[in-house]
Amino acid sequence: MSRKKESLNDKKTLKKRLIRYIPLYIMALPGLIYLFINNYMPLPGLVLAFKKYNAKKGIFGSENVGFKNFKYLFATKDAFVITRNTICYNLAFIVVNTILAIFVAILLSEMLSKLKNLYQCLILLPYMISMVIVSYLVYGFLSTDNGFLNNTLLPLFGKDPINWYMEKKYWPFLLTFVNAWKVVGYNSIIYISTILGIDRGIYESAAIDGAGKWMQIRKITIPLLKPTVIMMTLLAIGRIFYSDFGLFYQVPQNQGALFAVTNTIDTYVYRGLLELGNMSMASAAGLYQSVVGFVLILGANFLVRKFDRDSALF
Amino acid sequence: MKDEKKFQILAHAVLILLSVCAILPMALMIISSFTDNDLLIAEGYKFLPSKWSVYAYEYIFSTGNSVVRAYGVSVLLTLVGTLLSLSITTMLAYAISKPDIPGKGIITFFIVFSMLFNGGLVPTYMIYTNVFSIKNTFAALLIPGLLMNAFNIMLMKSYFVSSIPAEILDAAYIDGAGETVTFLRIVIPLSKPILATIALFAGIAYWNDWMNGYIYITKRTDLYSVQNLLNRMMQNIQFLSQSSSNVQNATAGLAAIPLASVRMAMAAVGILPILVMYPFVQKYFVKGITLGGVKG
Repeated sequence: MSRKKESLNDKKTLKKRLIRYIPLYIMALPGLIYLFINNYMPLPGLVLAFKKYNAKKGIFGSENVGFKNFKYLFATKDAFVITRNTICYNLAFIVVNTILAIFVAILLSEMLSKLKNLYQCLILLPYMISMVIVSYLVYGFLSTDNGFLNNTLLPLFGKDPINWYMEKKYWPFLLTFVNAWKVVGYNSIIYISTILGIDRGIYESAAIDGAGKWMQIRKITIPLLKPTVIMMTLLAIGRIFYSDFGLFYQVPQNQGALFAVTNTIDTYVYRGLLELGNMSMASAAGLYQSVVGFVLILGANFLVRKFDRDSALF
Repeated sequence: MKDEKKFQILAHAVLILLSVCAILPMALMIISSFTDNDLLIAEGYKFLPSKWSVYAYEYIFSTGNSVVRAYGVSVLLTLVGTLLSLSITTMLAYAISKPDIPGKGIITFFIVFSMLFNGGLVPTYMIYTNVFSIKNTFAALLIPGLLMNAFNIMLMKSYFVSSIPAEILDAAYIDGAGETVTFLRIVIPLSKPILATIALFAGIAYWNDWMNGYIYITKRTDLYSVQNLLNRMMQNIQFLSQSSSNVQNATAGLAAIPLASVRMAMAAVGILPILVMYPFVQKYFVKGITLGGVKG
């Protein structure tokens, strides 16, 4: 009896709430429409990976070819190279950026002087710069004819000039360096906010017990950063199938001689679609990325959720 | 105590070194843009050139109509984009911040899922070119990918939930204020920090974006943003240096590509707005990253 009454009440308030919130639904509409257009409307287009694209017939009119595109894709060396590059660069970035970001975060948060704001400001600055401009900055150093390295630095050590944009052996290091230069300031902010949340009392009692600065950092700060490190790493692993298109396309200046070490899934899809007109391969590689990427993100989020609910994406 | 002092000195030393590393490439770019071009060709880009010149800037602002125009496109794009992005993000985020709005779960899932699974470049390109035909229009710079993202919505929503006291909103409701009035008169004024942060994220993304122009602007070079112009210029340089074995081609091309100093001056002009605004907005940016926490 009372339950029936309650559900009746619920219905009443539901209607009331619906009416009350009409303005909010209208406000939400433009954003929802945009998400629908930008993120949902393209999804059916993924079937292109199973078709031989014919511009005249459109996506859905094109001939079905089953898994043929994937067979071709994985029969080429490209599939292995782009997967290897995407994953290995991401792993290198995770290791290098995490270590550097924690290092910077500890230095900045332990700094007593006001200068720390200036340091943080400068170290974060590269994050604000577009990849096109980064490619100019790198060019300033590496240009074969005019670059700083070939003209000033290498002669100083009596070394011959290097044709940087043709020699692939340098690029794994160069790209890892450029990426670290760009994002370490950003990543360190997240670690700083964790460090600032640590109870200062712990440090004070450690100091009374005679623990020096180095000991405090090693025994208190670093262990307490662990949860944040694990979380950041898991989320980065969730995105391991995606790469920063600008970094791998602009910074090596789309040089064919470097493709073996600079081609990632994102640059491959781009070139397939807009430079080579190889639509089947591009869409097969794109679907491969979407699906594996989705599984990895779900997996990473599942682990994060187990670890700390609040940090999970959903 | 002694330990602390040693640490502080060491920390200063390391941080100075890192700060210098961070800005050194930009210093090289700006110095090169003020270097005499003949000197650049003879000795390359240098930190301490023996001969200075402002020729590159005179060249850009006298003959370089395309630079001024691209600047206009970038400024307009950034203003319009930021304004639109901020409004639709705020409105959607506010709606899902209401704990008792019917359909909240479905709407939130709709937003979050867009973060997890996407069609990628090929289908997105197809939709925008075939269905919406935005190729070679201003909308191509404005709309694809940049206008709104799930991350900013969730960031803003969590601000609304945590920083705007529910009591105030309830009181307004009891006093008979409608949802629209409450939103405009109470929520917006209380949300200035997050509005500044999201506007900043959007503004930087628009100013720095080169991809939309690169993909969708294929004919209308008058729609090039600063980034697209810089991008095109670098490609021309690369193309010419690759085909320089063909001597005739190279000499014909040399007249068309800008001088070494002009290139760097253009890049410096492209970075200028960021450098000018940065000291003032950096605080909001850091705050935003901290709010986003590990999810960033």
